[in-house]
Amino acid sequence: MEVGLKMGKGGGDHVCGCEKVKMGFEETELRLGLPGGGGGEGEAIRKRFFSETVDLKLNLSSKESSGINPNEEKVKGLRQEKSLLPCANDPAKPPAKAQVVGWPPVRSFRKNMLATQKSGSEESTEKASGNSAALVKVSMDGAPYLRKVDLRMCNSYQELSDALAKMFSSFTIGNCGSQGMRDFMNESKLMDLLNGSDYVPTYEDRDGDWMLVGDVPWEMFVESCKRLRIMKGTEAIGLAPRAMEKCKNRS
Amino acid sequence: MRHNEAEQMSEDDGRQQSPPSDLEFTSNKARNCIATGSGSGHPELQSQYPDQVLENVLENVLHFLISRQDRNAASLVCKAWYRVEALTRSELFIGNCYSVAPGRATARFTRVRALHLKGKPRFADFNLMPLNWGAHFNPWVLAMAKAYPWLEKVYLKRMFVTDYDLGTLAESFSGFKELVLVCCDGFGTSGLSIFVTKCRQLRVLDLIESEVTDDETDWISSFPDGESHLESLIFDCVECPINFDALERLVARSPSLKKLRLNRYVSIGQLYRLLTRAPQLTHLGTGSFSPSEVAGQADQEPDYATAFAACRSLVCLSGFREIIPDYLHAIYPVCANLTSLNFSYANITAEQLKPIISNCPKLQVFWVLDSICDEGLQAVAATCKELRELRVFPVDAREDSDGPVSEVGLQAISEGCRKLQSILYFCQRMTNAAVVAMSENCPDLVVFRLCIMGRHRPDSVTGEPMDDGFGAIVMNCKKLTRLAVSGLLTDKAFDYIGKYGKLVRTLSVAFAGNSDMGLKYVLEGCPQLQKLEIRDSPFGDAALRSGLHHYYNMRFLWMSSCKLTHQGCREIARAMPRLVVEVIRSADEEEMDDLVQTLYMYRSLEGPRLDAPKFVTIL
Repeated sequence: MEVGLKMGKGGGDHVCGCEKVKMGFEETELRLGLPGGGGGEGEAIRKRFFSETVDLKLNLSSKESSGINPNEEKVKGLRQEKSLLPCANDPAKPPAKAQVVGWPPVRSFRKNMLATQKSGSEESTEKASGNSAALVKVSMDGAPYLRKVDLRMCNSYQELSDALAKMFSSFTIGNCGSQGMRDFMNESKLMDLLNGSDYVPTYEDRDGDWMLVGDVPWEMFVESCKRLRIMKGTEAIGLAPRAMEKCKNRS
Repeated sequence: MRHNEAEQMSEDDGRQQSPPSDLEFTSNKARNCIATGSGSGHPELQSQYPDQVLENVLENVLHFLISRQDRNAASLVCKAWYRVEALTRSELFIGNCYSVAPGRATARFTRVRALHLKGKPRFADFNLMPLNWGAHFNPWVLAMAKAYPWLEKVYLKRMFVTDYDLGTLAESFSGFKELVLVCCDGFGTSGLSIFVTKCRQLRVLDLIESEVTDDETDWISSFPDGESHLESLIFDCVECPINFDALERLVARSPSLKKLRLNRYVSIGQLYRLLTRAPQLTHLGTGSFSPSEVAGQADQEPDYATAFAACRSLVCLSGFREIIPDYLHAIYPVCANLTSLNFSYANITAEQLKPIISNCPKLQVFWVLDSICDEGLQAVAATCKELRELRVFPVDAREDSDGPVSEVGLQAISEGCRKLQSILYFCQRMTNAAVVAMSENCPDLVVFRLCIMGRHRPDSVTGEPMDDGFGAIVMNCKKLTRLAVSGLLTDKAFDYIGKYGKLVRTLSVAFAGNSDMGLKYVLEGCPQLQKLEIRDSPFGDAALRSGLHHYYNMRFLWMSSCKLTHQGCREIARAMPRLVVEVIRSADEEEMDDLVQTLYMYRSLEGPRLDAPKFVTIL
């Protein structure tokens, strides 16, 4: 369940409003800041950040558009995306049949809101365990803000890769395309990739180790991933040996 | 009926039997009514002060005339009546903000206390209109600031309202009491904060389906200290966290508060606290209806059901934005008295719905998600015999998704809810038989909106077009004023509408029809047609021409992705000088051919508007 959509309240029903926002409470809120750092870089940046979030989500060339409202999606619905980006529901991704603008005639905020909810019966069983594993922070070296992604909304590394690419599309993501993730499973390609690409997705697992994304089967990854970090290829090289060992162990 | 209730019920306006007054500002009839008097009065009195006496009497009488249709008719009788009616009109309704300039409206109606103003056409809600098209509130608020310092109430729909406008509103009208913003955008929490700080007499602040920018301003804390006059506070559409402690204090000092609709940033625990402070509520939007964090399970949770039970006046329930169905039982105590229930954000199953709905025999308005499936609708039909309005929204609003509701659900509703007046039904499959059944079982239908989400989809059993189903609706539902069609439809469906839909005022068409004849049938056959919105249908210039006799009687015509050419539209513009003919291009679309992407035309006393953006060409 997307409890993460709300403010982190730190145990109980006290103030959840703007004071907390300004103090940069981090747990479940989208924060402005360098990866790993605190938030609170000032209101001006936070506002700009919001616009950029919106632009990224859309993956439009609407950087030049004046308002924060790009053409194809109402910001209404996108505000949901502030803390949650469901991969499977990405409207820019072509579905089985080409979607027509404005059809069916359901208002954007309703479309997006419902899309991020899961069905009631799943909620009650997953209540305790589901959430903490699924929603993870994503930081990218050099990017001015953090994003969050719900791993449960993706079904494979490919979907995750697409989602990350869209999230950070204004920065070069290198070879993290369709093949990118799978290549990590292949030892020789792995080294080529790390040497060639600008950025590489890594994650911190439950043990606190930083691993290359793609090391383990998807389900295991979802369970063990605590946070994601897209780091520069050069920095990720240090992680490669461990990944290669695991590859060897598996085959 | 309060405005937000009006939104819950049908969106249709009241009857409009007489021609609107906005085109008939000067009366042609200069007769002196007194000369033809009955002769029962004193001749001396009549000859000395005829106008004075008449005007005084008229003024007193016309104060009782509320309906704007009646007032429009009264204003056409003669100049005296026109004058007096203008003096006594206290609520000004303008269905299209571009049909008349603010200055002209304030010049005629000098004692207005309430303004009701509508802007963009409805298809703008579905991303069919580029942003920044217009509908600015600014010129209106500036004009009214000068003309109506006593203004108390503003109701806006689909208008662009800035923070500055909200500030002006609050500063210009010392007795301002009610602000209702429906489907508006352009402002943020800072604007709200300014508004709320300065509006000391505020009774109603209703933000309904509006887009509010998060400027991270704590607007709830901006309500002035001391006892507040608040009767209604609706902010469920505001997509940012609020200061809960400030809200709790506000609710505690608002003894008149009857309507409170919270946004999804309010947890169920917080809701509990508010309910204990405001058991007098009649309308409640519950916020998220889930706890603020998962870990709180083990803690002692308050008895939510008791809090609800204390709300003996609760008749309208909505919210459930992030519902955890385990908590649903908390609302049992209020079900028996509920007349309106909005589950349209609650992704619940039929099994979860049944225990609730079976306790709601008085329900008149029900909005729900199709997650309840046909089975859930059958349960509704079994209990809710008083149902007047039903809206079934799709969880998955795509063309090719699975459809949990179908003709089975529609049939069940038609059999169980005979008093139904308004229905909006999204589905993936439908049959003519079910639609015909509804037309026969529910003769009181005023609003019938069926959205078969797959384009051009035929009857799922017979493979036939859906013509006969919609034909039966217009034939059998004699009170029908609003219709939205879908599925595979030929010109025959429009023939039916033209022949039988004599009271239809609003018609919504998408991906339908074969030829110009379809549109011709409608334009020639439906004398009450006010609002016509068409998309992606093969209607061209010839069809457009066939409506020339009627366009001055309409509020607007919208046609997008049809077969209109610039030339055809230009002809209309030439033939009808009081019509504003806008051709709208998608902002980054190139002119591929001569076909018009979007035509939006409306009658106006002002001619082409001066605030049109670059992508709008006025012919």
